[in-house]
Amino acid sequence: MGGIYALTAIGLNLQYGLMRILNIGHGELVMLGAYITYSLYSRLGLDPMISLLISGPTIFLIGLSIHRILFRPLIQVSVSLEVLEVNSLLISFGLLFIIQNLALIIWGADMIGYTYLAYPIKFLGGVFPANRFIAFSVAILFSLGFYLFLRFSLAGKVVRAVMQDKIGSQFIGVKIFKVHSICFGLGVAMAGITGSLLSMIFEISPFMGLSYTVEGMIVIILGGLGNILGSLIGGLIIGVVESIGSYLTSPDLKMVISYSIFIAILLIRPKGILGR
Amino acid sequence: MLMVFIWTFISVALILLPLYGSVYTISFILSILMYIALTQSWNIFSGYTKYISIGTAAFFGIGGYTTAILGSKLPLPIVIMIATLVNFVLALPMGFITLRLRGPYFAILTFGLGELVGHIFLWWEMKITGTRGRMIMPVEQTTVYYSLLAIAATVFFTAYIVKVSRFGLALQSIGQDEEKAETLGVNTTFFKVTAFALTAALMGAVGAAITPRWTYLDPYIAFNPLLSFQPVIMAMIGGVGNLYGPMLGAAFIGILSEVLLIRFPYYYMIMLGMILIIVVHFIPGGLTGLIGKKTRPSPVQLPTPS
Repeated sequence: MGGIYALTAIGLNLQYGLMRILNIGHGELVMLGAYITYSLYSRLGLDPMISLLISGPTIFLIGLSIHRILFRPLIQVSVSLEVLEVNSLLISFGLLFIIQNLALIIWGADMIGYTYLAYPIKFLGGVFPANRFIAFSVAILFSLGFYLFLRFSLAGKVVRAVMQDKIGSQFIGVKIFKVHSICFGLGVAMAGITGSLLSMIFEISPFMGLSYTVEGMIVIILGGLGNILGSLIGGLIIGVVESIGSYLTSPDLKMVISYSIFIAILLIRPKGILGR
Repeated sequence: MLMVFIWTFISVALILLPLYGSVYTISFILSILMYIALTQSWNIFSGYTKYISIGTAAFFGIGGYTTAILGSKLPLPIVIMIATLVNFVLALPMGFITLRLRGPYFAILTFGLGELVGHIFLWWEMKITGTRGRMIMPVEQTTVYYSLLAIAATVFFTAYIVKVSRFGLALQSIGQDEEKAETLGVNTTFFKVTAFALTAALMGAVGAAITPRWTYLDPYIAFNPLLSFQPVIMAMIGGVGNLYGPMLGAAFIGILSEVLLIRFPYYYMIMLGMILIIVVHFIPGGLTGLIGKKTRPSPVQLPTPS
């Protein structure tokens, strides 16, 4: 689960760190990704790994339009960051309602799923179900790849420049709205990929989104806002803590554990474990 | 003069409703009253201080469970008073802890609190009592109606008192600039926490009063996240930080939801999302903001994007 959380959180973090948009609807795009993969698999028999190549770009485009229609006008008119943060929160609630209920109309409210690679494999002395192993590896691969991209490429440098100083980067010729919309698209595309990966392991339902948004938030708060490496590490930590925690107490308490961690971090270290 | 006349008319109509209204009409008005009371109490804290709380469900649910547990032993009005007190006392430490955060952090945290309390109740029901939900002692509809009417009136009265008092002024100053307010000697923590607890107590009262309407209660009903979103949306649509905005918004969306929610739940929710987006984008002052510009400016408006 750690890798999955990390990937969701990086997507969410990209949106918040860069644009101060706290997108509550992020998990809905996880759900959408899962349903795209599910539909392609059950209707056309398309291998879920290949459908990543479809769900990712599709959701990237959806993300671009969401940003263009909903958030970009908001950034232009908001007088202060605080106003923008609260307004974007409300907008993304609207987004959540819309996407979730569209999914309910299209796919119905039932839990659905398919089986994919559900046999055990051995790796480094441990035994894992193959689908979990693959999902985890792909998630880590994407997370790490994205981190390295931000860290070392020129485009990554531009993104980090905008994160640090919006006005300054405008002065040196960065088109921030272009950076914003591409990053928003990339952020939600990661949510979509997460969803596709999840659908290989779990049953999916239109209501699954919110819990991943919450997990994502816990992770970005743990790892620090705007800190991509922090999200990667935070995701892994939360994954481990949750599985140990629910193993020691009871699986029903999983959500209680994550919310408690969340509230505790917010209160003790609002800057995150890697924060200064 | 006209306002006095309208208010007298509405009050008399509401008080006499059980004499002439059908069961359906009363139940309909009951829902609207519930939305108005919830939204108005939300507004007392969040509307003035601009700390957006998405935790209504936590207090509503605790109120509901108070009725579920004590309803068979005590008469409803006493249960409601207990629920009010319990919520006030619980919200004091909650507010003290959560109100150290601002903006979206606070919003998310309150939402987390609502979910947390709900999950704790769920776990408690499944593991400790071994049940899943519980039956509610039926209470006569008229009793429920008058209890809720009394609560709605109390909420309105409280909102009025808060608005015209120094207490409300302090809350408004926090909403406009907390640092400045503190510099000028406003004990911001005290006012924030008290207002938060006051809001919570009123929400708990509403939860306790409305619960006998359902014959069955489980954590999914009592702590439904929708209960947390609705007051925010309703207040935003009506206009935040004044007396009539939340009432107008709650009545408008309340009527819409009563008519549409059961029949077309998905389309209703999609529409609600769209309304929310449109209001944030185009009418940040809400409905009363639109009207208020022509008559007189309301003392506190949402920060209007220039």
